[in-house]
Amino acid sequence: MSEKYIVACDGSPASERALSFAVKQAQTTGASILIAHVLEWSPYSFLTPEELEERHKRRGEELDRAKKAVVDTLVKSVSDEGVKVDSVIKYGHVAETLVDIAEKEGATQMFIGRTGHSSIAARVFGSVAVIMAQIAPVPCTLVP
Amino acid sequence: MQNQKFIAGVTAIGLALLSAPALAQSIDESVNQMFASATGWFVSFIFSPFPGTAFPWIVGWLVVAATIFTFYFVFIQFRAFPHSISLVKGDYSDPNDAGEVSHFQALATALSGTVGLGNIAGVAVAVGIGGPGATFWMILAGLMGMASKFTECTLGVKYRNEYEDGTVSGGPMYYLTKGFAERGLPGGRFLAILFSVFCILGALGGGNMFQANQAHQQISGIFGGYPGWITGVIFAGVVFAVIVGGLKSIARVTEKVVPFMGVMYVAAALIIIIVNADKIGWAFGQIFTGAFTGLGVAGGMVGALIQGFKRAAFSNEAGVGSAAIAHSAVRTKEPITEGFVSLLEPFIDTVVICTMTALVIIITGQLTIDAETGNYITEGGRIVTASGASGVGLTSAAFESAIGWFPYVLAIAVVLFAFSTMISWSYYGLKAWTYLFGEGKNKEIAFKVIFCIFVIIGAAANLGPVIDFSDAAIFAMAVVNIIGLYCLMPIVKRELNSYLERLDSGVIKKFK
Repeated sequence: MSEKYIVACDGSPASERALSFAVKQAQTTGASILIAHVLEWSPYSFLTPEELEERHKRRGEELDRAKKAVVDTLVKSVSDEGVKVDSVIKYGHVAETLVDIAEKEGATQMFIGRTGHSSIAARVFGSVAVIMAQIAPVPCTLVP
Repeated sequence: MQNQKFIAGVTAIGLALLSAPALAQSIDESVNQMFASATGWFVSFIFSPFPGTAFPWIVGWLVVAATIFTFYFVFIQFRAFPHSISLVKGDYSDPNDAGEVSHFQALATALSGTVGLGNIAGVAVAVGIGGPGATFWMILAGLMGMASKFTECTLGVKYRNEYEDGTVSGGPMYYLTKGFAERGLPGGRFLAILFSVFCILGALGGGNMFQANQAHQQISGIFGGYPGWITGVIFAGVVFAVIVGGLKSIARVTEKVVPFMGVMYVAAALIIIIVNADKIGWAFGQIFTGAFTGLGVAGGMVGALIQGFKRAAFSNEAGVGSAAIAHSAVRTKEPITEGFVSLLEPFIDTVVICTMTALVIIITGQLTIDAETGNYITEGGRIVTASGASGVGLTSAAFESAIGWFPYVLAIAVVLFAFSTMISWSYYGLKAWTYLFGEGKNKEIAFKVIFCIFVIIGAAANLGPVIDFSDAAIFAMAVVNIIGLYCLMPIVKRELNSYLERLDSGVIKKFK
């Protein structure tokens, strides 16, 4: 069975570093890459009546924007390197959703970029990278 | 163009009201007189009692409807209660639909439109007149009202309009037209138009002027008397920034703070009740005995019953049709699921929050009892209270007797509840407005500007007749809406049976 790497991409320089590191690995192992882009979303947030009405439309716009601005260019760059690549865009709690994707797609490894900031907020609430290190269902590489 | 002229016109009137309070005063008086003579018949018709009783027929109309729906759907509010909780928790939500409006969000938004002054001030009025027994009837009416909400919100989702750009519009005006057409019944369009007219009037009145007016009274109660137009202008400015200026951040903050306030209110009430745990048995005794004897209140058992029923109906809006507008935006393949979720609304609003207010007032001994007879001492139809206060003042005094600083929190809660109710009703009114006049930016802005001007009028003036009229309009919505619900309830039953069958056979699966 061929290997499948999941790379969490939010369009930040850190996630791009993670992606290029994963691509290098994939070139030697022959693994395919799945670019996962998660839009932070809670079903328990509060919206005004007007936001409720427009939600479906906005969701469409957000997905479209995410695909065009983030995912498409990354997919192209990976595919130009000769690595088999696919992408997925989801809504949800970022870390939990990444775990879901990894389990569903049968990933063999995950790659997460970390920003290296050690802000108080990140220490108190935890960053995606920290949470992933704790809950990832498959080996997870943190790329500085 | 016409719209712009219109906006300029109403804005000018608004400015005139601001710049010249004295002039506004005289305008108030003439508006009062004009309204009273033009609408008095409508108000007295809506609130008129059954012949030979003091029982307003409109309250009977709502309670009878709730009872019929309860039996027609075989106590759906109890049967489906656990399933409703699972739906709100998202157990049945497809993870692929993440990012769409969830059941929880639709419920929270609809709740912030109904939880408000009714729960704080209204209950105090009910218990102050009807005694503790009113609480029993209020809870009963709240439990029955759950079936009305279930019916109207299912229809709201089923017959909503979904536009090409992905936005949705729903509510009674849509199910009255489309549902009646589907069943081959005449008059759907007429009822829809009638509903929309009442909805606009109700939005400007009960959903706006009444709220602004009460919020001002609460604020001036703490900071001392000052002209109402100042509160009005501030409120109108904030409402304007949100609904016209699109300043979503303010609305979002309110939407976050309001549930927090609601939870805090219930928590404070619970603490007071627990501290007085030894009196809980006694309080429930008063509630049950009072429900059937009145314990000396004016009108006895019937007096307690009227107050309780009336309060529940005013507070949770079950059968009025407003919630069907808010609930219709949810993303679900099964309209009936939104019905299940919405039946939690009267439960939270009336059975939980209103009951808490009543219990605190009873337990803290605000209502004075004649030691010899064990009956409540009344004066002029009202029970004499320990602090002499009535309405929101009575609730405030009850909380203050246990938690000294709570009146300040209560004042903030009242203002926020009033604000969030206004935002919700501005939307309900707008939906009715666009149903009548069509969608369009100018038309929408015209309504929103009118809405803001009514905020100032509501806070500034003591327009009794206008407020009476708008309350009557909210209940007139229920007259039209419930006629529609009677005609369309077989459709809901069909949906319900099909859904329950698929749920039992496992076609509808849990995702969690």
